[in-house]
Amino acid sequence: MDILHNLFNLGTLVAGIRIATPILLAGLGGLHTMQANILNIGMEGMMLFGAFSAVLVSYYTGSIIFATIAAILVGVLAAVIFGLFGVKFKCNIIVAGIAINLFGVAFTIYLLRSIFHVRGALSHPKIVGFPVMDFPVLSSLPYIGELFKGHSIIVYVAFLMVFLVHLFLYRTPKGLHIRSVGEHAEAAASVGISPDRIRFQAVMISGFFCGLAGAYLSLAQTRMFVENMVAGRGFIALAAIYFGGGTPVGTMLAALLFGFAEAVSLRLQTLGFPSQFVLMTPYLMTVFILIIISYVKKVHSQKRKYEIA
Amino acid sequence: MPQSEILLKMQGISKSFGPVKANDNINFEVKKGEIHALIGENGAGKTTLMKILFGLHKPDSGTIYFAGDRLDLTGPKDAMAKGIGMVHQHFMLIPSLTVTENIVLGSEPKKNLFFDIKAAEEQVIRISNEYGLKVDPKARIRDCSVGIQQRVEIIKALSRGAELLILDEPTAVLTPQETRDLFVVLRQMVKQGMTIIFISHKLKEVLEISQRITVMRAGKVVGVVETGATSEEQLASLMVGRQVLLRVEKRLSSPGRNILEVKKLWVSDQRGLPAVRGVSFNVRAGEILGVAGVEGNGQTELVEAICGLRHIESGQVLKDGNELAGKSVREIRKLGVAHIPEDRFTSGLCGEASILENLIGGLHLDTPFSSKGVLNKKEIQEFVEKAVEDYGIKVGSVHDPVKSLSGGNAQKVVIARELASDANLIVAAQPTRGVDIGAIEFIHRLIVQKRDEGKGILLISADLQEVLSLSDRLIVLYEGQIVAELVTRQTTEEEVGLYMTGGKRMVVEGGEGV
Repeated sequence: MDILHNLFNLGTLVAGIRIATPILLAGLGGLHTMQANILNIGMEGMMLFGAFSAVLVSYYTGSIIFATIAAILVGVLAAVIFGLFGVKFKCNIIVAGIAINLFGVAFTIYLLRSIFHVRGALSHPKIVGFPVMDFPVLSSLPYIGELFKGHSIIVYVAFLMVFLVHLFLYRTPKGLHIRSVGEHAEAAASVGISPDRIRFQAVMISGFFCGLAGAYLSLAQTRMFVENMVAGRGFIALAAIYFGGGTPVGTMLAALLFGFAEAVSLRLQTLGFPSQFVLMTPYLMTVFILIIISYVKKVHSQKRKYEIA
Repeated sequence: MPQSEILLKMQGISKSFGPVKANDNINFEVKKGEIHALIGENGAGKTTLMKILFGLHKPDSGTIYFAGDRLDLTGPKDAMAKGIGMVHQHFMLIPSLTVTENIVLGSEPKKNLFFDIKAAEEQVIRISNEYGLKVDPKARIRDCSVGIQQRVEIIKALSRGAELLILDEPTAVLTPQETRDLFVVLRQMVKQGMTIIFISHKLKEVLEISQRITVMRAGKVVGVVETGATSEEQLASLMVGRQVLLRVEKRLSSPGRNILEVKKLWVSDQRGLPAVRGVSFNVRAGEILGVAGVEGNGQTELVEAICGLRHIESGQVLKDGNELAGKSVREIRKLGVAHIPEDRFTSGLCGEASILENLIGGLHLDTPFSSKGVLNKKEIQEFVEKAVEDYGIKVGSVHDPVKSLSGGNAQKVVIARELASDANLIVAAQPTRGVDIGAIEFIHRLIVQKRDEGKGILLISADLQEVLSLSDRLIVLYEGQIVAELVTRQTTEEEVGLYMTGGKRMVVEGGEGV
């Protein structure tokens, strides 16, 4: 019982939320490209560029606002490069994504060494991080108030964004255009919507969110830049999008699930379980939940079968 | 009504694609308030002319006058702004969006930053009431029938202020009842001042709905006639350039033993839902069994199950007493099943491969075309030359990719190959879809000839007239079940239509199996 209590408590949930935030942010961006029917595997690179720019600007200006803006702008810039090759020049979209990712790793390492003359990681007192705050009202609730306390401001922003993205996708003409282009580009073109322009815009939106996710990684969780610090979160975000059916709320739930799974595995480590086993747990949980979901779907469709028959 | 006023005048329109003259100095006039039919075989240039009118193609030469003004269109959006609307043969609708969202897509009413769904719905309801086009504005397109989807397309064109509406083969996908409903709507629209260009190759319908008819052949206008002063035969010979036989001539069938027995067959569709639900029927030697039904009622799955392309959930398929379930496509073909698939370019042909290769595909593993794993070029060449000549396939070289052929010629390649084996069961799915009148006549004659040779033929067609004129017996599929089994010469188009739409159902032996 003690172990279970240690594993599944509010503290784990709070950690899960923190781990989920960058996945959620990148996922919110990537779901725009998914809705526009673009396989965006370049999110990893876009996040890395964002993370590095945030540290760079934070170090030189000491302003978290400038750092955030820089991360977003550079994220969008990386997305524009991805969009130029993948959308405008119609080169293979997967190759374009891989290129952005490899370029991101190599170029940030190069800049890290030539600007700061360090290897591996850069951490410095001059790097300003995101402020930490409590969410008004909710944080004073009994017991669950803990969940809304002491997070970096970006965490709250990310969850607010779920709502905004939902409104954008389902309540604005532009959102409708993105969904139409993704589902039936020819039909959208027949009413005067330019599919390529919409696709490009979706790619840029993904860059915006990935830049922000990168800034969170380097300035909220750690206040440092580490080589290749995104470490697969771009791909996890992609998985979260598909897991969540491409909707903002679904993506949020999937990101929270992944975050929580990782938080549990971190707890396990402190409890002295073998690290190989611990590192496996998030993936085991994912597989387990996928099995449950597909089982439920199957039962559901058999039910329908029976009803029709 | 000012019937004589000219609304559209296309003068001296020419358009070439490479060496092909799709439109050759075309003059085409439409009067305000008329339904003007534009007919011609596939490749006659109707679609090209309409695409020019809708701004999708730029003409090489010629001018267009619309409502007295000269038009220089830059694209479809421009054409729509000028008052020209088009309903494409393949609907341009987005399945997961609602009727309303599809109609206003691209010109959504806005309230502040947001899409004003209320205003959009009101707009849809207003047009819907004005022209008697009933739709549910909140329904999703994927849940709408084809007939409703077409209405949505028409409302979409009207909501963009169309005064001239181009309908590209609007009845190709409709049941007879839906066609009748459409005609009621079209007449109502014309009464309210709309002008309609009606593209079709179904002559009966053209004669019923239009006031005037322009006939095209090989890129040229070969005749403009008043509908009242012409006949089906005259139109057909204008279109083809020679006399054509519109009726299929065949003797009464004299069926023999059962070649194919299907017993309580269940087959699932792509999503794992049952598409064929407990179907039982027989095909006998020397008869054509027709399968009628609106597309998507299990025909595709039925054909694929018989031909080994789809898993059989339960039930039996016996070919000359041999169980086909669980056998591979190759084994099934070896047992004497030939398959003319419904979509020749996805499952009938390999587009990039040559005409020659396509003609021997599947036969290439056996003698005389190969021995000991090596192809026998000489035999192949002889066979292919003979096939090309016998079937009148118009080719440049047999080494050209098969996708360079027109629909009719490509279909002849499929048929030549399938009939070359000595299969005694021929499964023909939509054998004349998208094929021109001359080739249809040829294919129909061939199918009847095979019947007379004592083969069993299972004919699946969405074209009700084809099923009625070719088959000896027919079954009607509705929602995966057989709802009627009829002797063709004792039924009518109307009766079959009723069964097809679920308006009527007879108790068929074995049809209700669970």
